[in-house]
Amino acid sequence: MIEEIPYLAVVLIAGIGIATILLKKNLIKMIMGLAIIEGAANLFLVTLGYREGGIAPIFTNNPGGEMVLPTVQAMTLTNIVIGFATSALLLAFAIMIYRRYGSVETKNIRRLRE
Amino acid sequence: MSHYAALLLAIPLLAAFAMPLFGLIGRRVRNTWAIIAMLATVAAALILVWEVLTQGTIVYAFGAVDQALTIPFDSGGVPIRILFVIDAMSAFMILTAAIMMSAATLYSISSESEQTGQDGYYALLFLLMAGIFGMVSTGDLFNFFVFLEINSLAGAALAAYRIKGGVAVEGGLKYAFISTVAGLFFLIAVGMLYGQYNSLNIAYIASVIDFTGLSLVAVVLMIVSLAMKSGSVPMHFWTPDTYSSAPSSITSLLIVSSMASLYAIFRIAFSLFGLTMNVVTVGWVIIILGILSMFIGVSMALPQKDVKRLMAYHSVSQIGYMLVGLGVGLAVLGDSQMMSQFGVVAMEGGIFHIINYALYKGLLFLIAGAVIYRCGTANLNDLGGLGHSMKWTMGFFIIAALAIAGIPPFNGFASKLMIYESVFIFNPFIAVIAMVVSIMTLASFVKVFHSIFMGPKLPQYEAVKEVPMPMLIGMGLLAVLIILFGLFPDLVVKTLVEPAALALIDRSGYIASVMGGI
Repeated sequence: MIEEIPYLAVVLIAGIGIATILLKKNLIKMIMGLAIIEGAANLFLVTLGYREGGIAPIFTNNPGGEMVLPTVQAMTLTNIVIGFATSALLLAFAIMIYRRYGSVETKNIRRLRE
Repeated sequence: MSHYAALLLAIPLLAAFAMPLFGLIGRRVRNTWAIIAMLATVAAALILVWEVLTQGTIVYAFGAVDQALTIPFDSGGVPIRILFVIDAMSAFMILTAAIMMSAATLYSISSESEQTGQDGYYALLFLLMAGIFGMVSTGDLFNFFVFLEINSLAGAALAAYRIKGGVAVEGGLKYAFISTVAGLFFLIAVGMLYGQYNSLNIAYIASVIDFTGLSLVAVVLMIVSLAMKSGSVPMHFWTPDTYSSAPSSITSLLIVSSMASLYAIFRIAFSLFGLTMNVVTVGWVIIILGILSMFIGVSMALPQKDVKRLMAYHSVSQIGYMLVGLGVGLAVLGDSQMMSQFGVVAMEGGIFHIINYALYKGLLFLIAGAVIYRCGTANLNDLGGLGHSMKWTMGFFIIAALAIAGIPPFNGFASKLMIYESVFIFNPFIAVIAMVVSIMTLASFVKVFHSIFMGPKLPQYEAVKEVPMPMLIGMGLLAVLIILFGLFPDLVVKTLVEPAALALIDRSGYIASVMGGI
């Protein structure tokens, strides 16, 4: 049971992120929702590689015993970098829209459909 | 051992990051560099495609002493490096991307010539292409995710590149949002597969897969996220906004990137899971998505006033044809009799439609760009009488419009006929819908043709001239290919499409190319 708590947390955090994107009308808050989902994905990957009592996967002077999986940690790092780039780009778009429209509420960002 | 698989990524990446440096020297130098880099990339792509077609699947292990050595001796039978697996299907996608890249780059040289920030524009364009080439040639799930994100970020930045009072930023924002959500769902699905099979290599996972409940969740997440990215119904809402607000040459490349996502759906369905999942159910889900895309896309397109929005809705509808063709192939994958009777033809039709769609849809968007370049508006009610002054553009438009409507002897007819005749045996109802959609497409393009090119010369467009030569060359390249593919469909199907369809069906061949004979 105790091992499954991180997975429950992943589902919960991803749910909060999706709800934020769907329910909030403010662009900045929607981008925050996206960052929350990204956090859920990162937590999921790290949890996958965790082994009870595992040590860092360094083979030099290895004291023996179980190691945690390095691949998922590398994937998490990559995803953090990618997530940083995406958030930066999206926030730059939000700044652009605020300058042009004077608002970041989705109900005011409808010039394209007219 | 040839290194073209690595060059296919290395050249566009080098070109992208060197672009601002060449931009410092001067615009002429930068444009020359862009064209040289484009030609080098296309050459590497063509040689790679040629090698694959003559020698069979190419496997390239990055960083290995011998690039064909996918499984090192001390790894315990697990492929560990980043692998590129380029079979006939990947080669087909690489060819499509290379053709569109050459047309769009040539077109950009003059369509963007009066704009600012061209260094960044070309840099992002090459990054976008690197992402697309990576997506279609990688054999590793996480690597695919990375290329998907490179592609999404570059695509979103380019879609919003010309701000246009904020509307382009709206389009770019939607694209960035949807791609990021799709990418994160895909990553979670990759994590689920990694947790079960301890590998990220598609061929390795396919060789040990045991379809569990968690794999079902993973396959649903993957198909949903990639369908989002390819712009099929019900996640199509971003396509009209992004395609219409992006610069036209970029729209024609965004189409290729949506094709790359579509490719990934089928790579995952056929090569990764194959018969271990319930192919009939998944096949039908894809077919139903396809029918809905076809019908909703075309009916939304009919009332549009903006020419690029109209074309964007048509692209939703055309994606439906590919989903239907390949979905039928997937649904009958387990039945070898039905497969040989019509399944292979349906898949060939769907795959052939990918390149045909990219060609004529890319051409249509480039034409829309040419009209906007000269007249400054995309509103069908304001345009008119351009047939007098833009004769070449009008000729290209006729070719592309007849091709999208499926009129012989253009390429759209060739692939649509293959889809109709095979899908008709599978389920006549689907084939009838597909034909009705085709007629509605024709109706819509007759309207566009009439309102842009026909009628008397309007006074406000008195000074309009034909577009400059590089734009015409870019468009002409696509138009010539549309005619050639329409006149000699048998040749194209035999050399390119049939190997691609067989490569998708042959799951054990894909596994064996990485894992060695099993």
